[in-house]
Amino acid sequence: MRSLEPWVEAPLSAFLTESGARITLLMTGSGQVVAQHGFTRSLDVMSAAALGAGIMAATGELARVMTTAPFDSVTHQGKALSLYLAGFETPRGRWVGLVVYGGETSLGLVQLFFGRLVEDLGRAAPAELPARQVLAEDFEEQLNSSLRSLFGR
Amino acid sequence: MNLAALLAELTPVHGVRGALIVSREDGLVVADALMEDVDGKAVAALTASLADRMAGVTRALGQPEPVVWQLEGSEGVLLAAPVAAGLLVVAVASPEVNVGELRLRVLRAAERAA
Repeated sequence: MRSLEPWVEAPLSAFLTESGARITLLMTGSGQVVAQHGFTRSLDVMSAAALGAGIMAATGELARVMTTAPFDSVTHQGKALSLYLAGFETPRGRWVGLVVYGGETSLGLVQLFFGRLVEDLGRAAPAELPARQVLAEDFEEQLNSSLRSLFGR
Repeated sequence: MNLAALLAELTPVHGVRGALIVSREDGLVVADALMEDVDGKAVAALTASLADRMAGVTRALGQPEPVVWQLEGSEGVLLAAPVAAGLLVVAVASPEVNVGELRLRVLRAAERAA
């Protein structure tokens, strides 16, 4: 497991152990990765984050068209692997969780322990830090630093 | 199959705190009749997982699948019976429940649901 925010690690680790999920990605609503488990290539995780955030944005827009409240989660059921995608509020703003699971667990278990992950993250989040201004000259260094944190390189 | 009618046969038993029909593969609630403090989603997910693992044990032992699972703890009782079509009939009760009566009703409900 790799995380940009150390306080995310314990709740995420508990979720992975209890849910039996194979891959989990936590990201902000705009697709910025916060933590990941199960991905081995940075290209994959960035693509998954962008696609996951895109799906959440699309379903949010669909809900708007249907004049209903935004959907909490989306599930894609597959024969071998399934995908659970859910948005949730944290003290750091709205995040999105993307979970890939196989036949060794179930949607019910993933949903159940994802709910607990959301509660645990809410409790574990430290007090709000002052927002840092990202300067153009820092951007590449910060991006590389994030990638090193997420992939240990 | 009227699922609400099936559950209505279980809930009148003294001590029963809820009854559910659970999708075995997904661990999701299909139908429920629960007291407010019973977390139906958690019961469904964990019971389906338990049933799957217990069925794996009996398979490994070369035995047919059990017709009912019965868990008794200090604070309650859980009964689950598999039904055709990948469902489980589940009952959650407090310790003072007449387990024999509830077991019979769960088995009967499972037979009717088949």
